[in-house]
Amino acid sequence: MIPQELLYAKSHEWLKVDGENGTIGISHFAQEQLGDLTFVELPQVGDSFAAGDEFGSIESVKAASEIYAPVDFEVIAINEALEDAPEKVNEDPYGDGWMVKVKITGPTDALLDAAAYEKVTEEEDH
Amino acid sequence: MPYVPHSPEEIREMLDVIGVNSVEDLFAEIPTELRPKSFDLPKGKSEMAVLEMLEKMASRNTTNLTSFLGAGFYDHFIPTAVDALSSRSEFYTAYTPYQPESSQGTLQAIFEYQTAMARLMGMQYSNASVYDGGSALYEATLMAVRKTRRRKIIVSESLNPIYRVMLNSYTSNLNIELVTVPHNHGCTNVKSITAAIDNETAAIIVQNPNFFGSVNDFTDLFATVHEHKAVAIMSTYPVMQSVLKTPGQMGADIAVADGQSIGQPLSFGGPYLGIMTCSKALIRQMPGRMAGRTEDEDGKTGYVLTLQAREQHIRRQKATSNICSNQALCALRTLIHLCLLGEEGLRRTATLSAERAHYAVERLTAIDGVELFTKGPFGNEFALTLPVNAFEVIDKLTERGIIPGFPLGRYFDGMENGLLVACTEKTTEEQIGIFAEILRGAI
Repeated sequence: MIPQELLYAKSHEWLKVDGENGTIGISHFAQEQLGDLTFVELPQVGDSFAAGDEFGSIESVKAASEIYAPVDFEVIAINEALEDAPEKVNEDPYGDGWMVKVKITGPTDALLDAAAYEKVTEEEDH
Repeated sequence: MPYVPHSPEEIREMLDVIGVNSVEDLFAEIPTELRPKSFDLPKGKSEMAVLEMLEKMASRNTTNLTSFLGAGFYDHFIPTAVDALSSRSEFYTAYTPYQPESSQGTLQAIFEYQTAMARLMGMQYSNASVYDGGSALYEATLMAVRKTRRRKIIVSESLNPIYRVMLNSYTSNLNIELVTVPHNHGCTNVKSITAAIDNETAAIIVQNPNFFGSVNDFTDLFATVHEHKAVAIMSTYPVMQSVLKTPGQMGADIAVADGQSIGQPLSFGGPYLGIMTCSKALIRQMPGRMAGRTEDEDGKTGYVLTLQAREQHIRRQKATSNICSNQALCALRTLIHLCLLGEEGLRRTATLSAERAHYAVERLTAIDGVELFTKGPFGNEFALTLPVNAFEVIDKLTERGIIPGFPLGRYFDGMENGLLVACTEKTTEEQIGIFAEILRGAI
């Protein structure tokens, strides 16, 4: 459940690069750890973030976690469907469960490829 | 023995475990200029001395006055059953209801209270209550600031001045700009408020009935607020919501009130409860507790505190508010009171109170030089202009056993002759007649 074509952050966000734009969500592993999501709080279109900034949060039944920016970016669209259907993140984290579409404004070198990210998840599982 | 839970040895032991040298070091994080300089507490006294002191203070109270004092807090009749039921130990000594399996009764009471408040205000959601009407209003203000990410709050001057002072004080160290729009002869200046709304506005705050007792319909004003993507906050007097157009019907986003008038004695200013209701769009900005109804795996109804990710124990420093409690006992009293009266009973209470006030206006304005200050509709409260200083009139009449009302000059410059008078269903025509005669003699 770790698509090869995506880049990953240690904090479990994925980035799909498409030219100078990208799409961001959280990984299958992350949604599994969180359990059933009840709410996703997203930024507003036009907001800018630096890599490592919190840009939103997710709530499951008994916990709330932050979502961190994998790269520097400016938000160009948010997945409004998540407002009424946060479970899409559980059901389809790399598809319908995407969170923001962004304009990438910084380097992506620090991100992990699928193989490196898989190691991160294995370590966390033990 | 002193009631100090920790001995110096225990304190030392705790500090060692944490790894700091002294209590002072423990609080090193808090800048010295933000700490209280002194708690200014007198030396301890024996129980006997304390009782003696309190009894002496209590004996100075006058208890059998006829009161026409309102200004946000009203002396309504409280059915005896409210005391009897709310003093049951299951409620009276109940613990924080964070373990639903052992708090079903408390949680259901909160849930029923929320349902009643949401219906009363015509709003979608209610929380379990906060400390009082003022803290509810402040929290509503912060909800709007968070939701809109804007900083400008337009406040009507006809909002209870006690709340305006409180808002000023609470927001003084926050990056929030309060813009006060003057009242217009005791009426809420809808035109000026509308003109002040721009795309920087986080919220407007209006009150209905307003501080002077005037009744408004803010439907059009709230529509303008929404055009600018701002938040419409309305402070209300809950009893009157049974006969007036509700905040929900007008399109308010947040409606707050002090719940004192339903089930709490005036009791020298508290404890009361702050009612907070809002629309669905703002539910995740709501502070404090909220009870929800659900089903267990056997399909049995159960009650739980819900949407807890808003709260401190889950969200830590990112919680919507540092309020993590509610006025559970006061809220229960409000609920019991409402249940005993029912929809019709509450409407009767409001109608009677308003009828008495209208009769009082008739009697009082018949006195030479006494005029009604506000124009337009009012409920159970109204402002008068006296031909003499209102503070002096209050002193004179209080000596004769009547509190004639609230001196408007306390908060409004140039209104030294202004008197705010309130009636409730407890006010009798006879009392109004005596008030009018004594007032006639005093001016």
